[in-house]
Amino acid sequence: MRPFKTLQKLYDEESQVVITEKGSPPRALFYGEGFLQEDLPVGTRVIFPRSPMAGVPNVKAAIRWAINHPEGMDPLHALLKPGMRLTCVIDDISVPLPPMVTPDVRQSILEVVLELAADSGVDDVHLVIANALHRRMTEAEMRRMVGPKIFDAYYPDRYYNHDAEDPDGIVALERTAHGEEVSVNRRVAESDLIIYVNVNFVPMNGGHKSMGTGVSNYKSLRHHHNPKTIRDSDSYMEPKTSALYRSNERIGRNIDKHLKVFHIETTLNNRMFGAPVDFLAKKEEDYTEADRLKFQAMRYTLSKLPRAAARKVLNAIPAPYDVTGVYAGATEPTHAKTLETSWKQYSVPVEGQSDIVIFPIPFISPYSVNSILNPLLVQVMGLGYFFNLNRGVPLVKKGGVLILLHPAYDEFDPEHHPSYIEFFHRLLPETRDSMKLEHKYEKEFAENPSYVHLYRKNNAYHGVHPFYMWYWGENGRQHVGKVIVAGAENNHVPALLGWDRTDTLTEAIEEARGFMGRSATISLLRIAPTVMVDVK
Amino acid sequence: MPSKAAFFDVDGTLVKTNVVHVYAYYAMNRGSVLGIAGRTLSTALSIPLFGAMDTLDRKTFNEFFYRYYAGLSEDRLITIAEDMFEDVLQPALFEQSQDLIDQARRSGCKVVLVTGALDFTMRPLARHLGADDMIANKMQFVGGKATGKVIPPIIEGANKANAIRAYCTKEGLTLDKCHGYSDSASDYAMLAVVGRPTAVNPDLRLRSIARAYNWPILDLK
Repeated sequence: MRPFKTLQKLYDEESQVVITEKGSPPRALFYGEGFLQEDLPVGTRVIFPRSPMAGVPNVKAAIRWAINHPEGMDPLHALLKPGMRLTCVIDDISVPLPPMVTPDVRQSILEVVLELAADSGVDDVHLVIANALHRRMTEAEMRRMVGPKIFDAYYPDRYYNHDAEDPDGIVALERTAHGEEVSVNRRVAESDLIIYVNVNFVPMNGGHKSMGTGVSNYKSLRHHHNPKTIRDSDSYMEPKTSALYRSNERIGRNIDKHLKVFHIETTLNNRMFGAPVDFLAKKEEDYTEADRLKFQAMRYTLSKLPRAAARKVLNAIPAPYDVTGVYAGATEPTHAKTLETSWKQYSVPVEGQSDIVIFPIPFISPYSVNSILNPLLVQVMGLGYFFNLNRGVPLVKKGGVLILLHPAYDEFDPEHHPSYIEFFHRLLPETRDSMKLEHKYEKEFAENPSYVHLYRKNNAYHGVHPFYMWYWGENGRQHVGKVIVAGAENNHVPALLGWDRTDTLTEAIEEARGFMGRSATISLLRIAPTVMVDVK
Repeated sequence: MPSKAAFFDVDGTLVKTNVVHVYAYYAMNRGSVLGIAGRTLSTALSIPLFGAMDTLDRKTFNEFFYRYYAGLSEDRLITIAEDMFEDVLQPALFEQSQDLIDQARRSGCKVVLVTGALDFTMRPLARHLGADDMIANKMQFVGGKATGKVIPPIIEGANKANAIRAYCTKEGLTLDKCHGYSDSASDYAMLAVVGRPTAVNPDLRLRSIARAYNWPILDLK
């Protein structure tokens, strides 16, 4: 055991970037539903998330202040008129990750807003979940999100999931100048006022995307959820570099022209792990003896549990996030403030790109809450989200190697991801070309009556969703020279995804060095919590 | 002009009845009080036998069962079919059957019911659901009276697949793009012949087949 004093010499406590030295401790790394403990090669740059920012002292007071001092709009109380039709549109379960400790910030916002609405004589109020083409939230998830009081008062008639396939439930607005179709939920379109209740987990969320995507349908989404738009986006997280955001912006501005939308956006800090597992947010250099023991115990236990049980255990630990900011008002000025706070928490400046970048893939993604991180979702986490955690300059050099840590098991949840199964096993063996997949199969999956039915009546992602997951990895796929999944437990999943596989991280690094040269530089992004690199 | 169709089995898939209920209804509504009583009693006594035969072999079951129609007049059968739809089939429709059929039509499919029941018993249902066509068994009539024999081939099991294949050829549809919906493993052939099979309210055998082949599984109940 290295004494603490020795470890302290090896890194600057204030820095989020640690260069691995001979005496550096092994890293605790996510590996699906388990963990790995790995010694990294000397010289490896390890990028850690920032420490959690201080939360606002009183969340409800912050909400009240924000709605009374909005950006570019009248205060909320001045917009509420007796007898008006009000719809609150709410971000779905895909944010934050993992789901936050109750009361969820959405519950706090709704408690303030609904009380104000009632005091203003507004009785015609609906709560619509902005799930777009995501799965419908279950009754239990909906109850947890808004609390029992609101749930009991509104569910099911006035608190429900958006249905993008309801033939009578969608209204088409005027197209954008680029010819993009703009469709929104009928109840939303016919409301006198819409309040959007947002949780801005990452900078990609919120702003025009909230309405432009959340209460839209396939016809409208296909204008930006496509391979070309993704290829034209340097990062989904930075609006200035994102063609995806620009399209949403055009659509959102059209929506703002026709509908009155009052946004309430919130930012969270990085406190992803609570008391039993709070050591996961620390640098390994800062681990106490107790932390080391806890980590070993957890790693051992998870490795011995059946995967489904390990998943249950991990999904049962909510995140004790603090709210760091509440902003309200018109779409653009509100979102500008949100982004500022969001980047303050997540942005870590780093010097230059690396030849090889390692991403440990955790057990959860926005699309697998209470479910399974299937191979397509592993792909979207690595090449889609983690690759894009930057402001337009990726951490990995063009033609470089990405190493993902995940078992890459061939497991799918037939209840949540039925169309993923067909996409993975029928389409990927034929082609991995996004353009070809879009042209040949997207419409068929989007319109497949069975998948539409499962989306509308059960809890399945829309039939087209696996395509979006594949497209999401498009700019990563175009950029990197090779992907290696270290610790993959089979050959066929990496092969179908077009990746190499190795048994261990050490072997993966060796293979990557063989590809990039012996002097290749290596970085490891120590996710989670969330971290975004600002590459200089 | 659609290039694909959605083929729906009926009993257990769209409605929670089977041909026995239909026949029982006919028995109950046939002529004299004595006739009704007699047929009702014989039907009631036959139900365990029907059940056993259905489990063992759908084809034998159908052939055996249709003999009970012998002697009934065609116009009477058609008239009773309308009442039977209102009294038996419509209340037995699964809540989400119409949604699924509407969705199939919106996706550009021709909607076709495929059933081992007799065509005249299913016509009102097909009309109600907005089906475009129907593949069903046809009763032989001589002099306006049912003979109790079905014009071959009997639509069941593997023959459903043949009938679907023939239908696609006749209508110029691409079998590979067609959807099939059924609740029973006895319809495996019908599901295997189309490019997009789906198990609906599946029995245990079909559920395990659907899991093995990664077919979607729906519950319309």
